[in-house]
Amino acid sequence: MSADLITAGGDGSMSAVSDTAFRLRDVRQEKSGRVLLRDIDLVLPRGRITVLLGSSGAGKTSLLRLLNRLDDPAAGVISYLGRSLDEYSVTELRRRVGFVFQTPVMFAGSVRDNLHEAAEIAGLEGEELPKRVREALKLAGLDPALEDRPSHELSVGEQQRATLARTLIGAPEVLLLDEPTSALDPESSEFLLDSIQRLRAERGITVILSTHRLHEALAVADEAVRLSGGAVEESGEASDVLA
Amino acid sequence: MSWPEVTGLIATKDPLLASLQQRLGQAAGGLEPEILQSPILGLSWLDLVAASGLVLLAVGIARWQRIGLAGSLIVGAVRSVVQLALVGYVLVYIFEIDQWWLVLGALAIMLAVAAREAVRRQEERSLRLYGMTGLALLVGSGFTLFYVSLVIVRIEPWYNPRYLIPLFGMIVGNAMNAAALAHERLAAELKSRRGEVEAYLALGATAARASRGPTRSALRAALIPTVNSLMVVGLVALPGMMTGQILAGVSPLLAIRYQIVVMFMLASAVAVSAVIVVLWNRRLFFTPDEQLRIGGGPA
Repeated sequence: MSADLITAGGDGSMSAVSDTAFRLRDVRQEKSGRVLLRDIDLVLPRGRITVLLGSSGAGKTSLLRLLNRLDDPAAGVISYLGRSLDEYSVTELRRRVGFVFQTPVMFAGSVRDNLHEAAEIAGLEGEELPKRVREALKLAGLDPALEDRPSHELSVGEQQRATLARTLIGAPEVLLLDEPTSALDPESSEFLLDSIQRLRAERGITVILSTHRLHEALAVADEAVRLSGGAVEESGEASDVLA
Repeated sequence: MSWPEVTGLIATKDPLLASLQQRLGQAAGGLEPEILQSPILGLSWLDLVAASGLVLLAVGIARWQRIGLAGSLIVGAVRSVVQLALVGYVLVYIFEIDQWWLVLGALAIMLAVAAREAVRRQEERSLRLYGMTGLALLVGSGFTLFYVSLVIVRIEPWYNPRYLIPLFGMIVGNAMNAAALAHERLAAELKSRRGEVEAYLALGATAARASRGPTRSALRAALIPTVNSLMVVGLVALPGMMTGQILAGVSPLLAIRYQIVVMFMLASAVAVSAVIVVLWNRRLFFTPDEQLRIGGGPA
């Protein structure tokens, strides 16, 4: 990203776009007349782990869904790398901004079929594919022995990692994770959070992760956003927000 | 009445049927000496009064077992008499006038009614859905009718209402059921498999790719009744048209040929209409930005 793409920050200051992944201005979201998000002004930095902290119903999922355009906001503007989201082709945006749902949804077939499906959508093919599959499984912390396993035979924890691998195979720049540990036991949770930190460190992936668990947020967050009733209560350095 | 008398009668009344008989007779290599085996027995209105005793029997059972349907049975019986009588007179009128524009008008009305009925069964209706369904039925049924009437049966004149109207009735009726079933199943599948569809979308898949599973299920649902009827035709019950022809005195050997054409034409009408409905109407469930509309946005 060129340095001349400069945009005003929420507080009026100037900051380089290259440090900012997403910027949300006056974002509002509604569903069936109910307000899900209101007055959202946020800067989500690039290459860092931002945790959205809040109880259920605080608007965490609604916010994540806006970032890869599974939904569009009722009002307000969201930009990614300095360009408004609707300036991207929606399929391209979604390939660059991966989303792992809270409840894992596996496609039919084996784990490998699932990853191949995602690879095909991402336009990957050829000899590199088996290697990419193994890499993605390793990154997501899923035992490569499970590659041939029918996806519906996996435990929920394994499915969660398989859907993470499925998202990672397309090498997204951003990873949106909606309560990724809610279905996992403490050991698996810790393992997954380690993987996420490794992804950020080794690949420079921007991670935006929602959780309602403070200790989890403390464990991984560089930045934190505290949401309540669809509004931002506090945001900034994790050490300040979570203190 | 002897066979030559009957064929003579038919030949003067319907040269097309006579030429058809001749063609079939030649094709069958003389296996089929007769197309019309016996003239049909007439039914007077008095006979129908006697037949109403059968409905009254059903009404009596409904009353006796208190299933709350006696009234509906009576209304249904009266409606069927009135509706069929009207259709009968309309058909007589159309056959007598024998004009292409009148026949096409009748077909258009049948098509519009079928489209309305197919859409009426859906939970969410719109003018656009009505238009798309109507167009799907027009293409699916129109193509099949064109092929059957001009290529297979080779009716003359091309608009002969005695052939076009009953054929189109069968075609559009089946296409209507298939279209309704296909759309209904598509909506239900997209709803119940929302997570899967959105998981595809979230990976950057197009709406077409994301809804491939639901699309296939919808098409299967629409085609299975046709596949089943192809499997069991003639084994469980004789089809209505074939029964009608046999009752009207046509040789079973000609009746089955017509029935075979009918079975095949219904398969085509059903498949073409269903695939168009599913592929076109699929777009109604997504925004232009590949977002699923069902469920009304964020969870």
